[in-house]
Amino acid sequence: MAELNTGDGGGKKGGKVRSKKSNPGVDLTAMVDLAFLLITFFMLTTTLSKPQSMPLAMPDKNKEDTDKDVTKIPEERLLTILVGKDNKILWYRGKFEAPVEAPTEAKFGKDGIRKDLIKQIAIGKAIAKRDTGKDDEGLIVNIKVSDKASYKNLIDILDEMAITHPQLYAIGDITPGEIDLLKKTGLY
Amino acid sequence: MAKVKISKKSTRIDMTAMCDVAFLLLSFFIMTATAKQPEPKPVDTPASTVIDKLPEEGVATITIGDKQVFFTIPRDARKGTLERISTEYKIPFTEEEYKAFTSMEGFGVPLNQLKGLLALEPAKRNEGNLQKGIPYDSVNNQLGNWVKFARQAQKQLQEDRIQAGELEPEKLKDLDIAIKGDAKEDYPTVKRVIDILQEQKKNRFFLVTGLRDENF
Repeated sequence: MAELNTGDGGGKKGGKVRSKKSNPGVDLTAMVDLAFLLITFFMLTTTLSKPQSMPLAMPDKNKEDTDKDVTKIPEERLLTILVGKDNKILWYRGKFEAPVEAPTEAKFGKDGIRKDLIKQIAIGKAIAKRDTGKDDEGLIVNIKVSDKASYKNLIDILDEMAITHPQLYAIGDITPGEIDLLKKTGLY
Repeated sequence: MAKVKISKKSTRIDMTAMCDVAFLLLSFFIMTATAKQPEPKPVDTPASTVIDKLPEEGVATITIGDKQVFFTIPRDARKGTLERISTEYKIPFTEEEYKAFTSMEGFGVPLNQLKGLLALEPAKRNEGNLQKGIPYDSVNNQLGNWVKFARQAQKQLQEDRIQAGELEPEKLKDLDIAIKGDAKEDYPTVKRVIDILQEQKKNRFFLVTGLRDENF
């Protein structure tokens, strides 16, 4: 292909000086080997993509600020998610003392909490429309992670929020009453 | 017996094109490569579907794994941070130590061991269990101070650049904080770090995650 043919085509047959035809094509195998080895090395050591990240905004904890502007949340539209041990979730809607929807156990993933969330978001939207007539309001989710959960659980539940898009979600502190509830259902 | 003539074909392949491609790729990778910085604490981040990228610069990373906390300050702000730490804890640092600190990526030692860490060879710093994490309990909240001073240093840096006319005043931005936690880490540890950030009114930050699709 790319080998140079430097021979003169063997024109002089009667010539006495017969020079040895050496092939000038170089064996590139070793060179290619080396090149691919280096490619592999650089591919593995490069961080081609920047790490993904999830932006998180926590509610302000400053007492003076929170006293000033308190947003009243209609409790009917407030869904509380409690994350317990062993990747298990307990959720309820409404007040803790008198929930509209009784505490339900769920798992992570698309067949677990996501189905419930989609259903609850639809209900929340309907309630918001009935009460305020606004389309952009809906379910508000309060995430409370217990001490027995792992960091992965937090990311998983935040991820569900990113997938299902409730109107608002926030991470709150778990109350002793809710810990008791988790203990009773064996999730703590 | 009929003689079957096997035509002898050369088994050699022309490697020229392959060689060209290989070297083209090689040059590409060398040019785009930014070598992975060795981390004192490699962690396995949990995956999420959110595909937001971490900002390119001005991000300080808090790495959490095995209840230990490590901190990475953006390169430009490192010297200013250490200067502030030096005045706060009344520990003087030499010029070499400042230099070593600027070139060091992440670290996770209590302040009384920082001098010892800086005196080590860069390659030896990430060895084994040398770095045990920055203290972050409420009695000895060194992590809180590191974050506070890193934010101050970053602010100072940007104000200097605005003074010099290199940066528009509208672009003044607080230091971004990214939390890079191990998937198996217990929630209370992460909660404590988040609380430290919230104590200094840092309510917005990033959680570093891997990537996955929605069918999990």
